Amino acid sequence: MKCTRCGDRATVELRRHNAAFCAADFLAFFRRQVTTAIGKYRMFGREERVLVAVSGGKDSLALWDVLLEEGYQTSGLYLDLGIFEYSVESQAKCQAFAAAHGVPLIVSAVAEAVGGPVPVIQKVTRRPPCSGCGLSKRYLMNRAALEHGFPVVATGHNLDDEAATLLGSVLQWQTDALSRQSPALSSTHPKLVRRVKPLYRLSEQETAAYAFLRRIDYIVDECPFAKGATSIAHKEILSRMEDNSPGAKHNFLFGFLEKGRPAFERADAVTLKECERCGQVTTGTICAFCKLADQVKRSS
Amino acid sequence: MKVVLRNPRREVELPGPRRVKDVLRELRIIPGTVLIIRQDELLTTDAMLDDADTIELRPVMSGGGSSGVASAGRTP
Repeated sequence: MKCTRCGDRATVELRRHNAAFCAADFLAFFRRQVTTAIGKYRMFGREERVLVAVSGGKDSLALWDVLLEEGYQTSGLYLDLGIFEYSVESQAKCQAFAAAHGVPLIVSAVAEAVGGPVPVIQKVTRRPPCSGCGLSKRYLMNRAALEHGFPVVATGHNLDDEAATLLGSVLQWQTDALSRQSPALSSTHPKLVRRVKPLYRLSEQETAAYAFLRRIDYIVDECPFAKGATSIAHKEILSRMEDNSPGAKHNFLFGFLEKGRPAFERADAVTLKECERCGQVTTGTICAFCKLADQVKRSS
Repeated sequence: MKVVLRNPRREVELPGPRRVKDVLRELRIIPGTVLIIRQDELLTTDAMLDDADTIELRPVMSGGGSSGVASAGRTP
């Protein structure tokens, strides 16, 4: 297979674009997709400080790498989930990346904030581990950004993540979630920072290829709690569809963003208040994070 | 040839020569879900492999968490 651009041997095939690229042209393609995403949704400017949420995996470290290459002002945020050896190794990958690039990394432990690590949260709540983990991560990302003066948090969610989330929301007809799924969530309250996903145009295979070609040392092993997760099942279904019909995932997500999402946007947007306990943004009196922390503390 | 798989890590021996896409088909792996790695290079599915080759099929699927769409309003 030859590179569509230069004719050299291709190393990455992009069936949905009917193209293949050599390493150099693939890296250029990847960077273009990220800068297009940032520009299209006005995610952030070069004068802004961006907090990049990193997990030690391929997506978030690839994102941090591209943003550094493109000259953005970034710091990393690693949230220690306390998931045994997996978290120890993930944190080491993030620290090594930050040290190699001479960039700051903020580390915050879920256990300190909630009262217990993710495995304990799972036992206490008796809900899927990804539920309490996701809630804690969103809360702590926002809090860290506010505390350290970042106007925006960037996460490594890719095209597959977004398509799988969309499929999950459609299967349950979660109209609230459908109205808000976007590559860029704006700040709708002074205590809510922007949250953006600059990799939403790139597939999981493409972020993995970028990380490999850039020699980024990322954690390859899966989170031990991800096995059996619904989002993984949705990704597998979408990957089969993609294999039969290249571009299926792209069309599903991009078609939704262009044509579907506006239909779900509601005029009667919810009123945001500040949690009476911690002061962060909530729709109720006490936020979901404080309720989760209460539950964990009661059980210990 | 030796094929290294992950999660859990294991090795499979297959006779060559054959193309990467035939290896994936035999192992029932969807092409878009792995990187195909030979030493320090990535291969496309049409690459030909022989008996002496060792390749790693590295899964690219990650996650478990949602994409950050909370269930009510846009709170953190």
